[in-house]
Amino acid sequence: MSGENDVFDGAPTRAEVCCVAVAEAFRGDGERLCNPIGTIPMVGGRLARESFEPDLVMTDGVGAFAANPLPPGADPALAVVEAWNPYPQMFTVLWNGKRHVMMGATQIDRYGNQNIACIGDWHQPRSQLLGFRGAPGNTINHTTSYWVPNHGPKVFVEAVDVVCGVGWDRAAELGPEASRFHEIRRVVSNLAVMDFETDDHRMRLRSVHPGVTVDEVVAATGFELVVPDDVPETRLPTDEELRLIREVIDPRSLREAEVPNP
Amino acid sequence: MAIPDKRTTEAEVVAELRDGMTIGIGGWGSRRKPMSLVREILRSDLRDLTIVTYGGPDVGLLCRSGKVKRVVSGFVSLDSIPLEPHYRAARQNGTIEATELDEGMLLLGLQAAAWRLPFLPTRAGLGSDLLRLQPQFRTVRSPYPNGYGIDGTGSEGDGEELVAVPAIHLDVALIHMNRADRGGNGQFLNQDLFMDDLMAMAAERTFMSCEQLVDTADFPKHGTFHTQRISRLMTTGVIERPGAAHFTECPPDYARDEAFQKEYAATAKSDEAWDAFRAKYLDVTEDEYQTLVGVAR
Repeated sequence: MSGENDVFDGAPTRAEVCCVAVAEAFRGDGERLCNPIGTIPMVGGRLARESFEPDLVMTDGVGAFAANPLPPGADPALAVVEAWNPYPQMFTVLWNGKRHVMMGATQIDRYGNQNIACIGDWHQPRSQLLGFRGAPGNTINHTTSYWVPNHGPKVFVEAVDVVCGVGWDRAAELGPEASRFHEIRRVVSNLAVMDFETDDHRMRLRSVHPGVTVDEVVAATGFELVVPDDVPETRLPTDEELRLIREVIDPRSLREAEVPNP
Repeated sequence: MAIPDKRTTEAEVVAELRDGMTIGIGGWGSRRKPMSLVREILRSDLRDLTIVTYGGPDVGLLCRSGKVKRVVSGFVSLDSIPLEPHYRAARQNGTIEATELDEGMLLLGLQAAAWRLPFLPTRAGLGSDLLRLQPQFRTVRSPYPNGYGIDGTGSEGDGEELVAVPAIHLDVALIHMNRADRGGNGQFLNQDLFMDDLMAMAAERTFMSCEQLVDTADFPKHGTFHTQRISRLMTTGVIERPGAAHFTECPPDYARDEAFQKEYAATAKSDEAWDAFRAKYLDVTEDEYQTLVGVAR
């Protein structure tokens, strides 16, 4: 192992726990496009493919599907290209539905409605962000999960300013026909893992990361989270998962910059 | 070999543009943008333009320079700098109008125009605030129920409600290719054509800049015929301008000039910073610009 990694030879870091939690979001997906956006999501997706979901398809971060576990920030020229997938083709894939995306969220509410467009009134926003990007089309066409590296009450809000990604309540209003491809599966944050496995698809605390209490997560969430009587800890990486993360998938440890170890 | 000669210049193209036109700009974010044509627009007196694009610094520069009435976009981003600072300022100051689409909706609007259809249907947008905030987007009900067979079976009842993305007609499209011939055939050599072909076909007239003009017979020396995706059927004029896409990326010819992009992004901090940038890089000819930034070979 190279010298720069020696500092991580010990116990799993929070970032590495997050990588495993992300990987778990893709468990069971089989042969579909695993399309996580962000460093830890990308490491987590690659981890799932290198371990328990070997049939997943992933991009090189540009215009192709890459068979090898390209580290984040790696030159796409190092990709072992399985298939060409430029942007026009990406929309064909996503409308076809064999895709599970993990997006970021500037704001997200209890039903998984997500905002990345702007803060304030959309007509003249207080803070312009990305716009809608692919969020409306992604969420109504295939499985979507979210990654939040900064869990806090300004992100987990009662009501988002602009609904970009469609949540469970909005999908239910559309009716069973229009929402038949909609699934918001998981929200992974730097503190915890949330899902929507409740009667009315309200967000539920699924697990807390080691070293985080349920009360901390509740306090960092701006709406009433469904909290089961027993909330387990997010599982730790196995030795083999740690080896894959540290030596194969993210040898430059970029994950540690996205979520600092507490 | 009969190939027309469509060679022109940035100045001649921009002389064809008029206030209030709808202009599509190819590329994606800060990637393979026809920036020398954008810079020529910045030097002109044009105003009230509607810009249709997967936006990058083209949008920011045009907004900051007061050329824009409306931006129609799937996003505006500098890629390595996620938020375009001048577009942000224009939105937050209310100096432009915005139409913000889902990325796939923008593709469909261009495709509808390219195919001369009034709209194309999609599920994208349903349930989101995109439709609530922008009532110009309407829905359409499928005349076919789900499970309808091509033999006419299952013909009872209506189908589902879908978003009808209206055709996005362009007066002019501006695109940039790695190689082109004088007839206006274009070749992209990076991984992604983006929506440049749709832009070209959605437009009344399309002007294409290129890094290098080559003989038609020499295209295969640069890439397979699969990379020859812009036909002269789609183009009105072609400009040879090495470095035209600077400071956006144009692989394999050159990467993004990240240092320059940072310098550009920092100009949103103050009027003084912008004025200095404008005086140094924009109030000069394209030849002078290329000498300053050192891309041209």
